Amino acid sequence: MSALLELHDVEARYGPVQALRGVSLEVPEGSVVAVLGANGAGKTTTLRAVSGTVKRSGEILFAGKPLRGGPEAVAKAGIAHVPEGRGTFTDLSVVENLRLGAYTRRDRSVKADIERMSGYFPWIRDRGEQRGGTLSGGEQQMLALARALMGRPRLLMLDEPSLGLAPLIVREIFRIVRELNEKEGLTVLVVEQDARIALDSAATAYVLEVGKVAISGASAELRDDEAVRRSYLGY
Amino acid sequence: MAAFFQQVVSGLASGGVYGSLALAIVLIHRATGVINFAQGEMATFSTYIAWTLTTNHGFSYWPAFAVTLLVSFVGGVGIHQAVIRPVERGPQIRVVIITIGLLLLLNGLMTWIWSGEVRAVPSPFPSGTIDVGGVAISVQDIGTIAVCLVSVAVLWAFFQFTKVGLALRAAAVNPAEARLVGVRVPWMLGLGWGLAAVLGAIAGLLTAPSVFLDPNMMQAVLIYAFAAAVLGGIDSPVGAVVGGLMLGVGLNLLGVYIDFVGADLRLPAALLVILVVLLVRPAGLFGKPQVKKV
Repeated sequence: MSALLELHDVEARYGPVQALRGVSLEVPEGSVVAVLGANGAGKTTTLRAVSGTVKRSGEILFAGKPLRGGPEAVAKAGIAHVPEGRGTFTDLSVVENLRLGAYTRRDRSVKADIERMSGYFPWIRDRGEQRGGTLSGGEQQMLALARALMGRPRLLMLDEPSLGLAPLIVREIFRIVRELNEKEGLTVLVVEQDARIALDSAATAYVLEVGKVAISGASAELRDDEAVRRSYLGY
Repeated sequence: MAAFFQQVVSGLASGGVYGSLALAIVLIHRATGVINFAQGEMATFSTYIAWTLTTNHGFSYWPAFAVTLLVSFVGGVGIHQAVIRPVERGPQIRVVIITIGLLLLLNGLMTWIWSGEVRAVPSPFPSGTIDVGGVAISVQDIGTIAVCLVSVAVLWAFFQFTKVGLALRAAAVNPAEARLVGVRVPWMLGLGWGLAAVLGAIAGLLTAPSVFLDPNMMQAVLIYAFAAAVLGGIDSPVGAVVGGLMLGVGLNLLGVYIDFVGADLRLPAALLVILVVLLVRPAGLFGKPQVKKV
């Protein structure tokens, strides 16, 4: 498998605060990769560096080509970023959220894709007119996911999809992510604080610590290594 | 009773104009987060363009109308790109001060180019009346109402059904997320300014025949538009239009049936509306109450 996304020595800062101190990682095409770590380790910033919502330096390659420009350009290149805290447009309806997800597309199969999303999230079918802000937390996360998929991305980046959600809903969301990966070959880079559920879904994982990759490897190995679990994953 | 209906229709006509300008204010408030104090002078400037086209360049009315809207749109986008965009990310007070500066600049520019003399602008509608169920209604009023309704309906359809309209709404309510789905936010906000300028131009062109064109023509109308926008809810497009119509009819009836109000107290009455709404229901009739998280 060739790498769809490569980060080489990526640094990023918020004003005087350096959040990433040289992160390198690879996301192979068709795989699910998890980025784990404690609060403030730089997980969210890693995704933001890719989508161009934070000033970054170092090299980021997408499908072998350098990734440049702001979030608009990155979205157009085929990377969908579901930010932390859902990222639905609360003032817009469910269907409008989905239509916006397809903003970068020029083709006319948007309706068919909304129907396809209803396959994954059946509640969408009856509640298309409901405003995003009136959905439950889990539904908003699912809507954010569906909206990201509407752009037919080559790479889906999820930032803490489990944040503030009940375990049952978290499992459902990860089940859908796995299904998308297995059935449609979607490449996924997921940032998660809940290491257990992320390791169950991802093939490989990177653990960040104060802006650097502390350890990485196959999910199964990380999970079975008790020392790693204790010192980095906290369970 | 017939007189009453006449007054209502004539109130709806001026209300449609207030509503159009209020809608322009709401558009910019949603996109940029500030009140555009230059909205009235922008509208007057547009009206001068139409006047020049018809008086000096041999245009007939409707072609001049169309060209004016086009020029206004480009001008609105241009103003955003040139002077608003550079300060948009900073404190809002800066943007407010820029719009006040624009007001003074445009006002001075109009006096310089066209002199302060008052000019008569023709009406596109015939001056007669038509009989609707025994009530004589001026064609001028009906034409004004129709133009306002059509422009509001077109704008509504644009926001509701087109991809760009949807992107503009998204960019206004949540710029960071909009960028993540690939929307080029600064251009969308510029588009908002362009559309607001077009609405202002329409309001100016509809106002001019019943008053006279001079650089301060829209200043009173802008106050009514503020009142309409506040009444409807400063973030609600529907509220702006409804607020405009209510204000137009209300002020008109007040002026006719309450002896002491007359023409002199119309403006203070509008200011009273602003004051009362802000005290009693700050979000306006159609606005959502602001919840600030602390």
